[in-house]
Amino acid sequence: MNDQSQILEAAPAAPSAWERMKDSNLWHSFSRDRVAQLSFAIFVAYAVLALFAPLLAPFDPYDVASIDIMDSEIAPSWAEEGDERFWLGTDAQGRDLWSTILYGTRVSLTIGLCAVALQAVLGICIGLCAGYFGGRIDSLLMRVADVQLSFSTMMVAIVVLAVFQAAFGTELYQQLAMFMLILVIGIAEWPQYARTIRASVLAEKKKEYVDAARVIGLRSPRIMFRHILPNTLSPILVISTVQVANAIISEASLSFLGLGMPVSEPSLGSLISSGFEYIFSGSWWITVIPGVILVGLVLVMNLLGDWLRDVLNPKLYKG
Amino acid sequence: MTTLLEVKNLEVRFGLRSGEVKALRNINFTLERGERLGLVGESGAGKSVLGFSILNLISKPGYIADGEVLFEGRNLADLSAEELRNIRGNRISMIFQDPMMTLNPVLTIGEQMIECLMTHRKISKQDARTIALQKLQQVYIPSPEARLDQYPHELSGGMRQRVVIAIGLLMDPDIIIADEPTTALDVTIQAEIMELMLELCERNNVALILITHDLGVVSQVTQKTIVMYAGRIIEQGPTKEIINDAQHPYTQGLMNALPQMAVPGQRLNQIPGSMPPLQRIPTGCAFNPRCGYVLEVCKHNMPEFTQSGGCQVACHMVAEMKREEQAARMQEV
Repeated sequence: MNDQSQILEAAPAAPSAWERMKDSNLWHSFSRDRVAQLSFAIFVAYAVLALFAPLLAPFDPYDVASIDIMDSEIAPSWAEEGDERFWLGTDAQGRDLWSTILYGTRVSLTIGLCAVALQAVLGICIGLCAGYFGGRIDSLLMRVADVQLSFSTMMVAIVVLAVFQAAFGTELYQQLAMFMLILVIGIAEWPQYARTIRASVLAEKKKEYVDAARVIGLRSPRIMFRHILPNTLSPILVISTVQVANAIISEASLSFLGLGMPVSEPSLGSLISSGFEYIFSGSWWITVIPGVILVGLVLVMNLLGDWLRDVLNPKLYKG
Repeated sequence: MTTLLEVKNLEVRFGLRSGEVKALRNINFTLERGERLGLVGESGAGKSVLGFSILNLISKPGYIADGEVLFEGRNLADLSAEELRNIRGNRISMIFQDPMMTLNPVLTIGEQMIECLMTHRKISKQDARTIALQKLQQVYIPSPEARLDQYPHELSGGMRQRVVIAIGLLMDPDIIIADEPTTALDVTIQAEIMELMLELCERNNVALILITHDLGVVSQVTQKTIVMYAGRIIEQGPTKEIINDAQHPYTQGLMNALPQMAVPGQRLNQIPGSMPPLQRIPTGCAFNPRCGYVLEVCKHNMPEFTQSGGCQVACHMVAEMKREEQAARMQEV
């Protein structure tokens, strides 16, 4: 009798992903870490703002027709010389700053996420191959990574983007700016991933489950991607958060140097840069507000990364 | 009908920085369908390397330098990677020492079993799940349906080893190579697992190669025993004969070292010294520095195999004794 009821209870087992998630260490830690919760909430807010920018923004900053140069450099509405229509004021071209920031966040986040996705794909494939096959392949790939790392990201980006601009003209560059930024930042930073993953693969490769998988007769790619890769996921997650923040900063720096997003389609970085010229004429908001937004975004990503690193590091568990 | 598995003159070397090292030398044995073979020896004798070389899976610096491993008459070294993959897991499967390590921690039991089935057979996921469930029932796991969706860390050690055995049986292989399948387990569980393996092998007519240093287990489970020392076979024959009347001084030493052989209150017997590292195997019989019966010839010449009853023994002393016996018999006639 007792047995049967137990079996009946066990029958609909197969816990759903959500139940597993609720049971997991990650959730447990998240539910009692204020900083993580706050950071995550802010990050979600950023993501929502970016995603729904066209709906939330009162003006369309890309629509040249709606911009009036007479509205330029209006202070935020709460300031003395403010205008009711523009909550955060306007920039030098008369665009509503709030709308522009929403769109800019969208651009910055897109570039950050896509560049990191590119880095991750490149880095994971190369790191897995290097770690798994070892020997000459390993040395070759890692030397390539070393060479790549010996150029700083900014240097590579500046050279590539400047050459592209010079070779193909500013117009084409402005059309392809976002794509180019993703490509450049993605390619410049893959060794970070490749090295981390190679190190974990080297550790995982020695474990018996890999031998067992080979004994079963699985192919190498399957062992690499299905058996080893999931076991190296925690460092990947951790560097991903940090890398997104880094990519956003890189993009902002490049835009600040005039090599990033064009002024007509500003990211947070190019907004900061465009406002910089007016900061001494009193229009501080054009630079400061996007700056604060950018710092906030990068800060929460780094905090989340820190938290994730602590949770996923079994060495830091106590008891 | 051909022999299921035949190993001929197998030699495995490891190319190390300090030079080449012979991990296995001159290995010869056969395994018939349904036969159970014990592989005994100290740590480092080359038992596990032999297990891996049967599957042609020795890792990097190691390679098969000479000899052949014939599976149903086909040399495994000549097969393509594709054909080899078809044999691994499908026809020959392997069970490892530590069930904590052999299951992938991030995949559920069911995923791992289904994956194995689907790489070798063209069947649907649902069918694969059914077969996996059957196999889990065969190894007497309580509530197998629930286990399929559990992760390895949710099971106890004994349960995990049962899962590993179930994975080994998944494809109804012809040979199971079990590399110390019970060493990592509790003593009470050890007996259960060995019994289970014995039962499954007998029921499914699977040949078993049991790698272990536990002579007690070997005597209960296997029909044939191979004793290895420093990469060579030093004695092989029917398990009963080896257990009851070990010929080689090393095998005798192993037998005496069993706790059952000790007199209560006294120190356990042991073979003096330890096995030489492969780089410094002494000339002549590798066992000569530790042997109590060492002759002058042992230090210079490698002993050949002598037939003694049903066993083959590589020992000068035994050969000498046999010669004397024969001479005595000749005189009688």
